[in-house]
Amino acid sequence: MSAAEPRQPDLARVTPVDTVGVEERVARFRSRSIKTASKVAGLKLALSMIDLTTLEGADTPGKVRQLCAKAQHLHERMPDLPTVAAVCVYPTMVSVARDALGDSGIEVASVATAFPSGQAPLSVKLDDTRMAVEAGAAEIDMVIARGAFLAGDYDTVFDEIVAVKTACGDAHLKVILETGELGSLDRVRQASMLAMAAGADFIKTSTGKIKPAATMPVTLTMLHAIRDHFLETGVQVGMKPAGGISVAKMALHYLVMLNETLGAKWMTPRWFRFGASSLANDVLMQLEKQATGRYQSPDYFSKD
Amino acid sequence: MATKSTLAFEPGWQYDPAPESTDHVSLRDSYGLFIDGEFTPAASGKTFETINPATQAPIASIAQAGSEDVDRAVAAARKAYDTVWSKMKPAERGKYVFRIARAIAERAREFAVVESMDGGKPIRESRDIDIPLASAHFFYYAGWADKLNYAFPGVNPKSLGVAGQVIPWNFPLLMAAWKLAPALAAGNTVVLKPAETTPLTALKLAELVADVGLPPGVVNIVTGAGDTGAALVRHPDLDKFAFTGSTAVGRDIMRTLAGTGTPYTLELGGKAANIVLEDAALDQAVEGIVNGIFFNQGHVCCAGSRLLVSEAIAEPLLDRLRTRIDTLIVGDPLDKNTDVGAINSEAQLARINEYIDIGRAEGAEIWQGGSDAPQSGYYCRPTLITGVAQSNRVVQEEIFGPVLTVQTFRTFDEAREKANNTPYGLSGGVWTDKGSRIFKMTGALRAGVVWANTFNKFDPTSPFGGYKESGMGREGGLHGLGAYLDLGMGAGA
Amino acid sequence: MSGERARLDVAKTYKLYIGGKFPRTESGRYESFERSDGAGAVNVCRASRKDFRNAVVAARGAVAGWSAASAYLRGQIIYRIAEMLEGRAAQFAAELHAEGVAEAAAMAQVEASVDRLIYYAGWSDKYTQVLSSVNPVASAHFNFSLPEPTGVVAAVLPQQPGLLGLVSVVVPAIVGGNTVVALASESHPLSAVSFAEVLHASDVPGGVINLLTGQRDELLSHMAGHMDVNALALCDVTADAGNAAEKAAAENFKRVRRFDNVDWSADASASPWHIEAFQEIKTTWHPVAN
Repeated sequence: MSAAEPRQPDLARVTPVDTVGVEERVARFRSRSIKTASKVAGLKLALSMIDLTTLEGADTPGKVRQLCAKAQHLHERMPDLPTVAAVCVYPTMVSVARDALGDSGIEVASVATAFPSGQAPLSVKLDDTRMAVEAGAAEIDMVIARGAFLAGDYDTVFDEIVAVKTACGDAHLKVILETGELGSLDRVRQASMLAMAAGADFIKTSTGKIKPAATMPVTLTMLHAIRDHFLETGVQVGMKPAGGISVAKMALHYLVMLNETLGAKWMTPRWFRFGASSLANDVLMQLEKQATGRYQSPDYFSKD
Repeated sequence: MATKSTLAFEPGWQYDPAPESTDHVSLRDSYGLFIDGEFTPAASGKTFETINPATQAPIASIAQAGSEDVDRAVAAARKAYDTVWSKMKPAERGKYVFRIARAIAERAREFAVVESMDGGKPIRESRDIDIPLASAHFFYYAGWADKLNYAFPGVNPKSLGVAGQVIPWNFPLLMAAWKLAPALAAGNTVVLKPAETTPLTALKLAELVADVGLPPGVVNIVTGAGDTGAALVRHPDLDKFAFTGSTAVGRDIMRTLAGTGTPYTLELGGKAANIVLEDAALDQAVEGIVNGIFFNQGHVCCAGSRLLVSEAIAEPLLDRLRTRIDTLIVGDPLDKNTDVGAINSEAQLARINEYIDIGRAEGAEIWQGGSDAPQSGYYCRPTLITGVAQSNRVVQEEIFGPVLTVQTFRTFDEAREKANNTPYGLSGGVWTDKGSRIFKMTGALRAGVVWANTFNKFDPTSPFGGYKESGMGREGGLHGLGAYLDLGMGAGA
Repeated sequence: MSGERARLDVAKTYKLYIGGKFPRTESGRYESFERSDGAGAVNVCRASRKDFRNAVVAARGAVAGWSAASAYLRGQIIYRIAEMLEGRAAQFAAELHAEGVAEAAAMAQVEASVDRLIYYAGWSDKYTQVLSSVNPVASAHFNFSLPEPTGVVAAVLPQQPGLLGLVSVVVPAIVGGNTVVALASESHPLSAVSFAEVLHASDVPGGVINLLTGQRDELLSHMAGHMDVNALALCDVTADAGNAAEKAAAENFKRVRRFDNVDWSADASASPWHIEAFQEIKTTWHPVAN
């Protein structure tokens, strides 16, 4: 892969999207019936792809340490469980999380760039990013300037992503499009192409602060954009739906969609993440049910 | 770039078998003819077997109706028309049809399983499309029964009498619904002949109409092959005939009915063009192409069997199409994850393979994708035929299988001309992001159903039927209702 | 009356009307009609199958333009036919009388023909609304059905009334955007030929209506068998001939309408259902989304 100078794509030439067709395709993914061994494999894969997240104004070091403990000890009674992929926190909590996770192999991801609105000067966004990276974040989840995007000021959006990417250094950059604010799947696909051309390592649906957050139609549209970018440039970009994916069945539907859209190369935590806070326990409950045959109660699963 | 980047789907996450449960299905070992409210054997005592095309195992023994049995069925329908059905208050008649709709919905899963066992279609389709649409069709037409004067104001519409109906094997229950629902709501009684390879859901429907208390003789179902259908179409006491099936048989029917004055509706073959213009939403177009030709193994008269794609996007579109086809799961119709089920019969599989051979002999390139097919049973993997022109037989003739021919064009007019350059005119598709172009192309296609940025959609309210050799008359919607009514001079026949 | 005439009458040559031109039959054959008003005999072309074939070529050529003309324009043109016919009412009445129709009845028939033209001219931009539907499908699609012309209609016109029968059968077909090849009444052909002159003066594009005179027995099988004819309107043909035509029509699934013993002077013999007879219903699906 060559590190060519990023070039802004012509968004007028991005492939159009028909929403009804996307929804029909999504309905087909949802109609897949995942059973027995393939279900266990899918649930474990989903677990390994989770960015366990807390992004509250009320977050404290104590809360973050508890979350990190959960990340490393998902459900001790079950052997052979993977860990989650990362813990995702605000920049001020990165160092706490980094310490708490130690050498567990779990990454620290941090939102940055005046998350969630992105309404701050570029210099503040870059400082935010550098601070998180210096504190130990291996992954940065930035937000795009939706106002500028919707106003047609693509230069601003593009240049910001390029600048943040530079500020990230070796940290992976996930670019949050906040699709719930973009208004149409056509705009989602255009924003995806813009973000990838600017150097995004991942594209991500949502901050979790705006409804709707991740949806399957939005995610499918972004997966198609990722495929187009890959076929055209050879550069593989990851995908992270975030917000609203709270139950295991939904996560399996997303994996079906990934499996049948981008295929095996993306079916790893390296290239696909779920941004979620409560998904992990539901996946664990389903795994327990697969193992024991009994439907589970949340009372038997630790909540942090 | 030196090498082209490609996606990889193997080894992917493989889904374990997810078989639909069959323990709630009740099937008898043998079924008689349903005449005058009762199951009776054929006068000749003859039977035939209906088999499961996925396993080649016999499912049940079915009575084979001869002309004597057809006589009896028409007489029962006539008696029911004269004594009961034509005398019933329209609102009451409608309530019976509503009952049928609800009863099908109640037994939907059982019907879906039987449909997939008997015909080979994926349970996902029979469960999500065929059976719900069949129920919805009865529900839609039921409401018309007491509103006919509003449907056709000023002509005092009247029922016709006894309708003979012959339906095909590709959508067995749905086609029965398309035929029965408007006929009954309009006040006619019916003798229906299902296809010989797929009689079971029609016979289950016979049980159902008896269960809901429909007066005996209003619906009669006679099973058998072409001879039974021929006896029915030749019967002198019919007031209406309706047929869905091949153009060749439709032509025979038209000749048979010539001069009788019996009004008829024919839904026949097709060779629809699915046109992708250069500005199309490519990924949804791919989906529409897949749905257009691989839905129900391509056993669809309105299938989008000819892909016409702009040269400007042919390569990326075909790349994406092949990739998509490779994710299709070919296999057990009763597995909930199956996308492409079994070919309906040994004869149909032979016919499809013959066309593939013809294409190869004509110098075309044959590509097959999707998962491997099971070793036993009748299967055909999704097939693309490229390197063909209008003059190829595989482009001209209806294959009725999961086989798509691919042609390119350069201009809008060339696409339109190629699309219309066929004796058929049942359906068509156009994919473009430009509104004005949609209306130009949908207007220019000489076909009865045109899908813009979608394909193979059906609804009880939506009229369906062909131009030219694809048939005459409409089924569905208001126009389909008119086909079962006497609307006065000049309107009907 | 003096036995010496001031000038010699100029007799009309009764020709065919094909593609907006007035050719003689290519066969050179004719039939003589003795005028019942004592004005002597006239010769009428006896069209051949090749004349019919040529007329179908003309009719097919006219389909694209005529079916694409706006409903408003088609209505205007049909209204114009009525105006032209009204202006020549006396000529047509005389011609019908010459074919044996009583004078009062002849004028009544001409007037009824004018009125029927106006009736259908008025339907031009309305039948689509009456025959169409917007269908409330359960999915996220806008779905509508509307009529489109079947294409080329071949018609065997009623023997009587010669003019009103022609108007009543041909005009509903063309108001709906079809083009027509019509075989005029064998017993009353004169007004059909003269009607072609009215058409010619009325902005009707060449090929939209083609009028032949000739023998049904000779031409019907060719009409029924022609693969580029989409529909047949058969008026008062014998049972055997009609049945044979229906059988032949099956070869390319011509839409066949038979009109037997219709009282074409009755109001009920004109309706939008006569337009609908040669229409195909097209249903279109569009997704609805942003």
